[in-house]
Amino acid sequence: MDIKSLEDRFEAKIAAGESIEPKDWMPEKYRKTHIRQISQHAHSEIVGMLPEGNWITRAPSLRRKVALLAKVQDEAGHGLYLYSAAETLGITRDEMTEQLLSGKAKYSSIFNYPTLTWADIGAIGWLVDGAAIINQVMLTRTSFGPYARAMVRICKEESFHQRQGYEIMLTLCNGTPEQKAMAQDALNRWWWPSLMMFGPRDAESPHTEQSMKWKIKRKTNDDLRQQFVDITKPQADILGISIPDENLKWNEASGHYDFGAIDWDEFWQVVNGNGQCNKDRISAKQKAWDEGAWVRAAAVAHAEKKANKKQKLSA
Amino acid sequence: MNKKEWPLWEVFVRSKNGLEHRHFGSLHAADADMAIENARDVYTRRSEGVSIWVVQSSDITASNPEESGELFEPAKDKVYRHPTFYELPDELKHM
Ligand SMILES: [Fe+2]
Ligand SMILES: [Fe+2]
Repeated sequence: MDIKSLEDRFEAKIAAGESIEPKDWMPEKYRKTHIRQISQHAHSEIVGMLPEGNWITRAPSLRRKVALLAKVQDEAGHGLYLYSAAETLGITRDEMTEQLLSGKAKYSSIFNYPTLTWADIGAIGWLVDGAAIINQVMLTRTSFGPYARAMVRICKEESFHQRQGYEIMLTLCNGTPEQKAMAQDALNRWWWPSLMMFGPRDAESPHTEQSMKWKIKRKTNDDLRQQFVDITKPQADILGISIPDENLKWNEASGHYDFGAIDWDEFWQVVNGNGQCNKDRISAKQKAWDEGAWVRAAAVAHAEKKANKKQKLSA
Repeated sequence: MNKKEWPLWEVFVRSKNGLEHRHFGSLHAADADMAIENARDVYTRRSEGVSIWVVQSSDITASNPEESGELFEPAKDKVYRHPTFYELPDELKHM
């Protein structure tokens, strides 16, 4: 079959709402877009463990500690589900790791902000996982089968992440004035970066049109961001702390909250490597990769030795 | 330094006795024992399983989607394999 008819058949499948599976014919651009998007998503899960890992040893109680530990462990799992989804498209795990370390592959810029206080752990669970859930629920219906299936598994696990974060915020907000101020400070610092997680405005998002057509995305960045604001504002009200945006107002006519302008210069600065923690994050991953090299090699050597022994016994 | 990547394994999990093992996903491990341990940590953190199978991905032979036509077409015109093919009176019960 010639390329044109393969393409037509592919587009027809997408239009009919069918899933694309790894061995199906797909346009090179569809494959590349997915390798890029899924690997960056995986990297975000993995790098995302660092800011939270920073507080595991300093969690204020055993209850908080086991919860945070379990959450961070889940994020490792999410990274692994996604790496294997990307691998079905013909990239290797090592190649993806190398792209992360060299800076060729990006990860969500939210993880380049530091976790300064315990309240940041609450704010991350509530806002960052909250924003991720909105994006990921949409992606459970994405057109590429392995990506969609990974998302279903991930979404099942995310709900606890957000609830444990919100519970931390709730406890602080019902605590001493200092604790409540700490929660407010965390909201102040994490609010705008959380809105940026949905990516550039639709008008400035070059991939959106194609992604919608191929049903990679089902909603635009701006729609998802609006959904997040609408859901989150009443949650902040329950906590009794205020979102740091004087333009955030209910709009009766649109049935949504209006909100202020995002500082896109900051967004691009962080994406392009100039955030507060970009260098720390990559050097932590590089260190883990380098220091783990002997473990990876030793496991291979051990497996080979065991296999040889087995062969000798059966010979 | 040895730069060999750990092979890829496919993971099948029986979620409870009485059900079949179902494909859960894949992971890398140096050998089968490690694959089972990793599968426990990656795919059954919330008691999702009572039994795990792992098989090296390279040992799986898959049908080729390009040949789905030849492979699956022959079953398509055999409507007589379905119970609804047989025309029986409405008053007939329990059949
Ligand atoms: Fe996650
Ligand atoms: Fe999460």
